[in-house]
Amino acid sequence: MSDLHTTSSGESHGSVSSYIIGFVLAVILTVLAFAVVATHSLSPSGTVLAISALALVQVLVHLHYFLHMGGGSEQRWNNICFVFTVGFVAIFIIGTLFIMNNTALHMMSR
Amino acid sequence: MAHDTTVPTSGHDEHHHESPVVFGFWVYLMTDCIIFGSLFAAFAVLRNQFNGGPSGHELFELSGLGLETALLLVSSITYGFGMIAAHKNEISKVIMWLGVTFLLGLGFVGLEVNEFAHMIHEGAGPDRSAFLSAFFTLVSTHGLHVTCGLIWIVTLIVQLMGTTEIPERMMNKLTCLSLFWHFLDIVWICVFTYVYLASMI
Repeated sequence: MSDLHTTSSGESHGSVSSYIIGFVLAVILTVLAFAVVATHSLSPSGTVLAISALALVQVLVHLHYFLHMGGGSEQRWNNICFVFTVGFVAIFIIGTLFIMNNTALHMMSR
Repeated sequence: MAHDTTVPTSGHDEHHHESPVVFGFWVYLMTDCIIFGSLFAAFAVLRNQFNGGPSGHELFELSGLGLETALLLVSSITYGFGMIAAHKNEISKVIMWLGVTFLLGLGFVGLEVNEFAHMIHEGAGPDRSAFLSAFFTLVSTHGLHVTCGLIWIVTLIVQLMGTTEIPERMMNKLTCLSLFWHFLDIVWICVFTYVYLASMI
C-alpha cells in the first residue's frame, strides 16, 4: 500500500512529459476524426463508428493524462463516483433513444 | 499504469494527498456530467427534426470547428503547464500560463459567439427548429461553462498577484479549476464528434 502512495504522488501532479504525450495523442486523435469526415473515405455508418471510437479513446487519453485518473487507492472514491456517473448517463441516453424511437414507431403505425 | 511516464516534479509532498475540497469538486463535476448527458440525450432525439429549416450539414463548417477545437485543446496543455509551475511554487510562471489559457479560452468563446450570431442572423436561431433548439441549448451550456472558467481564471490570477508562495488553500483552488477546465475539454470532444462531425457526414 505504501508503494502505491509514493508512486502515485508524481502521477497526481502530472509532469511536462506526460502533458505533452497526452497533448500529442489528443491532437492525433482529433485530426484523424476531422480527416475521416472531411475525406468521406468511409461509408456514413462506418464514419459514425470511426469518430465514436476516436472520441472514446480521446476521452480516455484526457482522463488519464490531464485529469490524472488512475487506480491509486486514494482515488478510489473519485473512481466510484465516476463509474456511477458514466453508468447513469449511459442508461439515460440509451434509454431515452430507445423510448423515443419506440414512441415514434408507434405514432407512425397509427 | 503511467508510473513509467511520470517523474516526481517537486518535493511538495504535502500536496499529493487529495483534499476533501477537491473530492467535493469532483462530485460536482460528476453532476455536471449528468446535465450534459441529458442535453446530449435531448439533442440525439431531436437531431433530425429540422421542420424545413437548415440542417447541420448546411450550417457547420469544418475550418471554424477545427480552430475552436485547437484553441480549447491547446488551452488544456497550457493550464497543465501552469499546474506544474504551481507545484514548483513559481508564481510568475503560473500567472503567465493562466494568462495564456485565459486568452485561448477567450478566443474559443469569441469564435463561438461569432458563430451563433452568424447563424441567428441567417435565420437559423434557436427558434427555427427542434434541432436548432437542442443545438443551441447544448453548445451554449458548454460555452457558458467555459465563460465561468474564464472568470475563475481571472479571479485566481488576481489572487495570485503579489503573493510569494502558494498555500494549500490556493493549490486546492488551482486543482479544482484544473479539473473543471479539462472536464470542459472532454465535453467538447463529445460536442464536436456527435453534434458537429456526425451532422457533416
